[in-house]
Amino acid sequence: MNVAKKKKSIELLLVEDNPSDLRLMVEAIRESNFNINLNIVQNGEEAIAYLYKKDKYAQSNFPNLILLDLNLPRKDGREVLAEIKNHTLLRRIPVVVLTTSNSYNDILTAYNLQANCYITKPIDKLKFNEVMNSIGDFWFNIAQLPSMQNNHYYNKKV
Amino acid sequence: MIPVEILLVEDNPGDVRLTVEAFIESKILNNLHIVEDGIDALAYLRKEGKYEREPRPDLILLDLNLPKKDGREVLEEIKKEDPLKKIPVVVLTTSSAEEDIIKSYELYANCYITKPVDINQFMKVIRSIANFWFSIVKLPPDGHKM
Repeated sequence: MNVAKKKKSIELLLVEDNPSDLRLMVEAIRESNFNINLNIVQNGEEAIAYLYKKDKYAQSNFPNLILLDLNLPRKDGREVLAEIKNHTLLRRIPVVVLTTSNSYNDILTAYNLQANCYITKPIDKLKFNEVMNSIGDFWFNIAQLPSMQNNHYYNKKV
Repeated sequence: MIPVEILLVEDNPGDVRLTVEAFIESKILNNLHIVEDGIDALAYLRKEGKYEREPRPDLILLDLNLPKKDGREVLEEIKKEDPLKKIPVVVLTTSSAEEDIIKSYELYANCYITKPVDINQFMKVIRSIANFWFSIVKLPPDGHKM
């Protein structure tokens, strides 16, 4: 029997509505060597419901990292970002904005709302993969991610 | 090509030397500005006194344990103040304490990195920072680049 302790998996929340982008992201994540528990929501309201552990998300895990699209149905990514970064418990979660937008205003707004970083999705599939790998390498190998340790409150309710 | 402006807030001379070396070797054209305590870091960012003519950085590398004014206080002030708060701050420290990691993210550090003790690993981390923030990420626009 193998008694070696398995390395704890990284909880990743992906907020993306575009099916082809989603497919590319999921593929890149599956092909990576990281031990990732991937959770996907496809609009802004679901993202908030997931983070607040509402209804069907009651058992959801606290994400260590969020990849957030900006243009989302129902609740815009900017609003989701603002809500996360103004929330006492959620604001510690790093949010990587990953969007097709390259506009001056979107970049500036995202950083002013305290996005952890802003990345424009490349159109080219190979480049897209490269970006996904860089995100994984930087956030999972180089950076330290926050945990919910010592925060018993979150485990019950946000 | 316009070089990127980096502000390094670090009081340990050995770490400063290694960081400077790593940035010289990196493929990213950069100007690295160095301040050694928290008071100077804020004076630099606010263009006060002798820093009047210094460019605003595209990225800040911030140590936590600094003389005169602690890195946590510096971080808090940066992230409360327009137009400084949009500048990405990479916390780069010897600490790997859970408390420091959480506190830094709660103060809106853009990311938290523990300095590796091994020199080669340290160089690798600096190269990764340079590569990620300057070739993958879109940095916030600033007046002097427009």
